[in-house]
Amino acid sequence: MRREPLALRAAPLLFGLLALVLWEGAVRIFDVPVYLVPGPIAIVGAFLADPGGLLLSLASTLLVTFVALAVAAVLGAALAIAMATSRLAQAAIQPWAVVLQVTPIVAIAPLIIVWVGDPFTSLVVCATIVAFFPVFANTASGLAAAAPELADLFRLYGAGRWRTMTLLRLPAALPHFLTGLRISGGLALVGAVVAEFVAGSGGFASGLAYRILEAGYRLEIARMFAALVLLSLAGIAINAGLGWIGRLLLRRRGDSAA
Amino acid sequence: MLSIERVGRRFPGGTEALRDVSLNLSSGDFVALLGPSGCGKSTLLRLIAGLDQPDSGRLVWDEGHEPTPGEIGFVFQDATLLPWATAEENVYLPLRLRGVSRAEAAPRLRDALARVGLEQFAKARPRQLSGGMRMRVSIARALVTRPRILLMDEPFAALDEFTRHKLQADLLALWEAIGCTVVFVTHSIYEAAYLARRIVLMTPRPGRIASERVSPLPHGHSRLDPAYATLVAEITAAMEQALGPADEPRGPQDQAGAAGHVRDVRSCGGEGPA
Ligand SMILES: Nc1ncnc2c1ncn2[C@@H]1O[C@H](COP(=O)(O)OP(=O)(O)OP(=O)(O)O)[C@@H](O)[C@H]1O
Ligand SMILES: [Mg+2]
Repeated sequence: MRREPLALRAAPLLFGLLALVLWEGAVRIFDVPVYLVPGPIAIVGAFLADPGGLLLSLASTLLVTFVALAVAAVLGAALAIAMATSRLAQAAIQPWAVVLQVTPIVAIAPLIIVWVGDPFTSLVVCATIVAFFPVFANTASGLAAAAPELADLFRLYGAGRWRTMTLLRLPAALPHFLTGLRISGGLALVGAVVAEFVAGSGGFASGLAYRILEAGYRLEIARMFAALVLLSLAGIAINAGLGWIGRLLLRRRGDSAA
Repeated sequence: MLSIERVGRRFPGGTEALRDVSLNLSSGDFVALLGPSGCGKSTLLRLIAGLDQPDSGRLVWDEGHEPTPGEIGFVFQDATLLPWATAEENVYLPLRLRGVSRAEAAPRLRDALARVGLEQFAKARPRQLSGGMRMRVSIARALVTRPRILLMDEPFAALDEFTRHKLQADLLALWEAIGCTVVFVTHSIYEAAYLARRIVLMTPRPGRIASERVSPLPHGHSRLDPAYATLVAEITAAMEQALGPADEPRGPQDQAGAAGHVRDVRSCGGEGPA
């Protein structure tokens, strides 16, 4: 991969640092009370006051996120393949996938929590519903993405459905699947947090969203910010990690310019 | 080896691509199908390959001997290689689909790649190869099953002039070496005249055979041969006759389409328009 110039790579870091300095400066100069807007130093302080508790909550949220992402990936890919294999399956599945996509998770989360009962499972179900669509839709379009001439070539040599699927359509869908997975990764985290918010008052007190709610009730705004920062960092890491895994896989296979 | 008898093809949308096309291919022929864009050349090639079925007429193969998969090779306008597979793996594909093991295929892969001059590039991925080299891989892939008939659909149209000349010369040498039948679709008069032993000119849509010409050029001729220039001129004349004058403001095609419609009335045979 070609390296960007140093200045370009350093720019976001420098800009972020500048923003933090300005933020801290403004909070101090205008003497903003910490229960309204804490400065970066206060936020770090709040984190250091109870790093174990916050990191444990982060782990709990990430566990929900990754289980949901795995379920969404397997389910999304499997249903996309089923749809690509059979017209009947396509007719049966497609409208429901759209229904799932347009239903706001906040609206059905309480119902799911009541129905499923087990707190962890209900969080996973909610996050899976949010994460499902991108990986499903991308895989489905990837399965149809191979050049029609290649499909003709397979027919010319008498390849059956199975061979066409394993040697042409699945490999052609891989980059699309990986793109979908990356989008779904971010959404799984969002879904997990939303579900935790809804469930929060219901007693499953361990995720980061619950920490945010709890800190809000107690007016520990710095701690609230600390939890928020952890969430964004987790989101960035998931996105970057999945992107990196995707590029690695494609480069291994030899078809990406990276 | 194949006789195409009064074949017609009309697509569901109502487009009539081919009407009443008859053509005989004998073993070892090199036939160029020459015609304007949209006249049904690709459709005819797909019918021969068995990728599509005619609505009328029929294709009769040698003593009813329908070609088995692998007896027909097809080269598309784009190389259409699997981007994730090496050159060698791409050439292996037809054999793999026919159930030949990798070990058994190995010498044939080497041979096919050597024939197109790519033995050094067996392990290269398509994106590492130039357009001309990709097309060579595509030709090797079509030849690896030792087809009786090789169908080529404007294979060199997307290449630059230098590469095209080189590939044309190499294709001729290859054809003389292996002696399979070639049907070569093109809309370049120069290409048809240079390559083919028979040049079949098609009318605009619905495509029919307008005329046919046997090449007077000797084997191994050069592009500088005056006979080549004469042949190009003759084909150009035949084409202008088939299409009408070539300097209509909206291009020759629409005009000729209308003229073709008038001619349809007498050549239309049994079936009327749907
Ligand atoms: N599957 C299809 N369904 C509907 N119409 C089609 C189909 N395939 C081809 N046609 C139409 O049939 C006509 C002939 O198409 P064909 O591709 O055979 O032309 P061609 O001579 O190969 O043209 P070109 O030189 O541009 O490749 C065109 O008008 C095309 O739009
Ligand atoms: Mg064509």
